[in-house]
Amino acid sequence: MSVMETTTGVSAEARSMAGSPLVWGVAALLLVYPLVATPFLTFQVGGYALILGTIALSLSFLAGYGGMVSLSQMSAAGLAGYVVAIFGFNSFGSGFGWPWWLVVPIAVLASTAFSVGVGLLAIRTEGIYTIMITLAIGVAFFLLAQQNYAIFNGHSGFAGIAPPVLFGLNWRDPLPFYYLALFVAAVFYLAVVYIARAPFGLALQAIRDNPRRMRALGYNVTAHRVAAWALAGIAAGFGGVLLVWFNGRISPGTIGVDRLIDILVIAIVGGTRRPAGAFLGAIFFVLLDTYAINVMGAERFNTLIGVLFLAIVLFSPDGLLGLWEKARRSFATRGSGV
Amino acid sequence: MAARSPLLTILIALLVALLVWLFVAAWPEWLTGAIGAKKLFVTTIFNGVTVAGLYFLVASGFTLVFGLMRNVNLAHGSLFLFGAYIGYSVATATGYWLIGVAAGFLAAGLVGILMQVLVFRRMEGDELRQTLVTIGISIVAADLMLAVWSGKTYQFATPDWLDGAVRTPFILAYRSNGAAVPMMYPWYRLVVLAAAIVIGVGLWLVLNRTRIGMMIRAGVDDRAMLSASGVNVHVVFAVVFGIGAGLAGFAGVVGGTALSIAPGEDVRYLLASLVVVIVGGMGSITGAAVGALLIGLAEQIGLAYFPTYGVVLTFVIMVAVLAFRPQGIMGRPA
Repeated sequence: MSVMETTTGVSAEARSMAGSPLVWGVAALLLVYPLVATPFLTFQVGGYALILGTIALSLSFLAGYGGMVSLSQMSAAGLAGYVVAIFGFNSFGSGFGWPWWLVVPIAVLASTAFSVGVGLLAIRTEGIYTIMITLAIGVAFFLLAQQNYAIFNGHSGFAGIAPPVLFGLNWRDPLPFYYLALFVAAVFYLAVVYIARAPFGLALQAIRDNPRRMRALGYNVTAHRVAAWALAGIAAGFGGVLLVWFNGRISPGTIGVDRLIDILVIAIVGGTRRPAGAFLGAIFFVLLDTYAINVMGAERFNTLIGVLFLAIVLFSPDGLLGLWEKARRSFATRGSGV
Repeated sequence: MAARSPLLTILIALLVALLVWLFVAAWPEWLTGAIGAKKLFVTTIFNGVTVAGLYFLVASGFTLVFGLMRNVNLAHGSLFLFGAYIGYSVATATGYWLIGVAAGFLAAGLVGILMQVLVFRRMEGDELRQTLVTIGISIVAADLMLAVWSGKTYQFATPDWLDGAVRTPFILAYRSNGAAVPMMYPWYRLVVLAAAIVIGVGLWLVLNRTRIGMMIRAGVDDRAMLSASGVNVHVVFAVVFGIGAGLAGFAGVVGGTALSIAPGEDVRYLLASLVVVIVGGMGSITGAAVGALLIGLAEQIGLAYFPTYGVVLTFVIMVAVLAFRPQGIMGRPA
């Protein structure tokens, strides 16, 4: 898609970023953060942002490197959450009660299979169709979860889902949970950074820019795209498991249209050109979500989010990261000019 | 397609015959035992077809805009809801339902033209960005409409001349004294179906038999060439966007009278439009009609016969079409 940037610039920049003091600074900040922040800030803001960031990362990976904007990543995450509730423990006693080390892989497998299935459908068409198909699938899954009581327990969903107590730690306590979320987020962040520079990632980006030429060069376009969907499904799955542990419950509201679009907003506001964008967007979103109430009341939060989203799409298609880079570049040129 | 394969023709003829028989004949015991009363079946089919009429009204605008401008207008559901609210307010204020219908059409159409002129014209050719903008608009629109009209459910008063039920020629059962029980059906829903058919035929005629229709079709095929041959593409785009949006608003009032209007309906009709266009094929009025019929029937049959898995049926149709004919039933290969 012509919207997305060309390949070489991104990977070269990513390479130079790896050793930059900024990256180490941010990493150190993230590690130290819970030691200085209140438990509320650690759990409700930090942990939540990392989870949403991981799910948004799966979208921004598909969109930024694969050129496929998927609105059903939250559905994949939600499916993982439902699997945790159904196969593990929930307060209705309807869970199978399987241990976490069995449930989590099943959940991630389910979300990966879901994502691959969606991908197989979406890649049968080109470009903008993907948004429509993924949105339709996302809404259909939401309606199914809402209407179906036999499997998804309908409108009320499941509650009383908790992460395991392991190594003497309750993983839902703010500190352990934050580090768990940080670990998962970091793994996927580094994975995306690595993949972007690996042969597979380069081929994927080339397919995004010109699928016909890549096909002519002998690349299996379909296989590359499906693999990207599978990777996105894994990230969304882990995000979903963390999310259901974070909320302690899952219901159709978690995978409603608003939530699907929230993930898109996070990815786009942060910027899809770089994996860091998803997390930047998530922090921005969670901070707004938490503190906008104090500024303007809870009523019109969606208007605020919508207007901000519109502003980003209209004026800075590369998101907040794009703004930051623009500022840095203009600063740099001004500096050299003097 | 059907004409080319005699086997398929025979199959379709058999299916039609079966359907006619199901409607006309008195059902034997075993059939009632297997799939329930005839009343349920006939009502479900009627509901499916009339809901399809409503979906067609919404989706035809969506498919026109998509076909011509490659713009997936995800705010289409918001236009539907906006038209419905405006129509309701005007109808209650003036006391005339028809004025409400006109107001719904005009208000949504005007918003559509404004969107085209103020937003989409500025980012032509950037499909993804246009689509993202429509998402932003729909978020804001949904919230603002919630602020103005609150979360209440509105129910239009059906005007007297459209109210009541009519006797259909289908006999549901016989009473013990031998008297036939005909099926009664809401008159209003039949009128909606008729309106959808008239509008559909009208759109088809405009697209295929008039000069502006020729321009629109040419625009679907090759925008640059149309522009180069001296047509003011911007005007064509604005007109199509206006009509498409207006149809959504019109459907809002008409559909709001048949069912009801509440926040969240925008999503429902957006989903319907999406699926109808995916199934039917983009930019095709006939495709929208076929898609709407399939989805409307699937939805109502799902609701009646397997309530909690109803959505799955719609979804299965979409998957099947994408798997075997990615461009949609009536769509042309890219």
